[in-house]
Amino acid sequence: MASNQVVVHALYDDDDVLLSAVKEIRSAKYNIEEVYTPFPVHGLDKALGLEETRLAIMAFIYGCIGITVATVMMNYIMIEDWPQDIGGKPSFSYLENMPAFVPIMFELTVFFAAHLMVITFYLRSKLWPFKKAENPNPLTTDDKFLVEIKVEDNEKELKALLKKSGAIDVSIIENPE
Amino acid sequence: MMYTFPNKLRNLAITFMVIGMLGLVYGFISAPNNIEEAKKMAGTHGEGHDGEVYETLEMNHDKKTVHVDENQEISQSIESEHNSSHDEHLFHQLTNKPWAALYVAAFFFFMISLGTLAFYAIQRAAQAGWSPVLYRVMEGITGYLLPGGIIVIVILALSGMHYNHLFIWMDPEVVAHDELIAGKIGYLNTPFFLIRAIIFLFGWVTYRYFSRKFSLAQDHSDNISNHKKNFRISAGFLVFFIYTESIMSWDWIMSIDPHWFSTLFGWYVLASMLVSGVTMIALITIYLKSKGYLEFVNDSHIHDLGKFMFGFSVFWTYLWFSQFMLIWFSNIPEEVTYFITRIEDYNLPFFGMLILNFLFPLLILMNSDFKRNNYFIVMAGIIIIIGHYIDVFNMIMPSAVGDKWFIGIPEIGGFLFFLGLFIFIVFRELTKVPLLAKGDPFIGESERFHY
Repeated sequence: MASNQVVVHALYDDDDVLLSAVKEIRSAKYNIEEVYTPFPVHGLDKALGLEETRLAIMAFIYGCIGITVATVMMNYIMIEDWPQDIGGKPSFSYLENMPAFVPIMFELTVFFAAHLMVITFYLRSKLWPFKKAENPNPLTTDDKFLVEIKVEDNEKELKALLKKSGAIDVSIIENPE
Repeated sequence: MMYTFPNKLRNLAITFMVIGMLGLVYGFISAPNNIEEAKKMAGTHGEGHDGEVYETLEMNHDKKTVHVDENQEISQSIESEHNSSHDEHLFHQLTNKPWAALYVAAFFFFMISLGTLAFYAIQRAAQAGWSPVLYRVMEGITGYLLPGGIIVIVILALSGMHYNHLFIWMDPEVVAHDELIAGKIGYLNTPFFLIRAIIFLFGWVTYRYFSRKFSLAQDHSDNISNHKKNFRISAGFLVFFIYTESIMSWDWIMSIDPHWFSTLFGWYVLASMLVSGVTMIALITIYLKSKGYLEFVNDSHIHDLGKFMFGFSVFWTYLWFSQFMLIWFSNIPEEVTYFITRIEDYNLPFFGMLILNFLFPLLILMNSDFKRNNYFIVMAGIIIIIGHYIDVFNMIMPSAVGDKWFIGIPEIGGFLFFLGLFIFIVFRELTKVPLLAKGDPFIGESERFHY
């Protein structure tokens, strides 16, 4: 970490104002470090130019793992290890008994996709239980939106721009934690 | 901008109707006129059967005494009676074939229109903000409701007049020998059946008439009273619809198999209806857009229709499976015969439709970007339309024609005829008014709609 880092914190109190401010700041070629919001703001990821999430692809892969686990597991339990007469149709074939296993295959697909997706999200966002909150201003957990921008001897223009874009408060923070 | 029905499309629709009509006429002409012809058409099957019986009788004859001979005469008469009832059954199946081809296609396109009407009423009752730009397209599709419904009811009435044998409970001969159907006669009788059909169609068409009227009046109004009226009648219609749709599906489809019943059948048909309806909205919207109309419809509207196609496809599968799994598992003879005939005689269409109606939409429409791509929506849409035609085919054919099914000239002809009629009526309806419901209070929100 640089020893003398200076950032500016601009507070907004409306998500629409925030969205247009973010667009303005980016078109003025400033680099936004981070935006803290009390709730997900629709379209903010696009306005910030963030890369599209790859979580959906992972969800699909996790779902495929889930359905595979269910198939292998039910085949072992119900067909191989202890063959069962399912619904009075003793065929002892997984395929012919599949309708009985569909609910399990479905549930495990959802279970794997959902849980592994949450865990992946935590890992990617470096979140874990009892972690100290990173947001610099507790107001962002209530009803305010905070934009953090690094300052490089352009303090004046940046402050003016932020004020103009509708910020209700602009403050300079030295050596943020 | 007003839409004009292009001559090319009109000619295409008329061509479909003519070809389809020829196919249907061919189907009716080639159907047997009497039992002898039916036996001849069934060919080797009947002969082999007779031969077998004859052989066993001969064997008996050789071994047994005169006393047994007497018995044998009786058994012979029973055998021949059995054979003649078998032949009559065959005759009914073969005469039913063109009728069933006609009925499946007629019902399928009527169902698309009815599903669209229900979807439209949901948008109205929910005061949806995204969909008002599509109202005129939906109203165009529901324009087919009245003509399509009348055709279906005429076919039902002709069945009631014994022109065909689609609904066996309409035959007093059958009812006399069938205790189960006799017990249902208070409900399943031709006059009451037709009265119900007419009440249902009247209710749906009346809602459609007033909703369209208020929708058009709203375009030239400076307040939103028409919009409010539309909201109210739509909510009322949905209550009426969910009851009548359920009863309609028991009457028009489930009663073809009067011994079998399923409590979620109405839902199952509803899911099929909604997914076909939404798909048709998407296909027609994309077609009109590709011709330079509907410039106010953007990718996000198509995306939303794609989501509904995906969601209703999964919903349909859920209901199909809920119905299938319980009956398959419990294996109760009077229930499971329904699926045994379908698995044994209709294996390919029965399981094939799961691939068309579930696997394809699931895999094609899962990706968010694909739902914004017209090519994928059209491809998935065509597969869904074909898949749900086969779904209706599977609901009606097994009881109507047994194992004598084939997707041949009469079936394709029926599909083409009603496709042509559908295109003709829907696109003519679209030319009548501007394609933008400009007076709707949510039209601004809908035009700006983005995801």
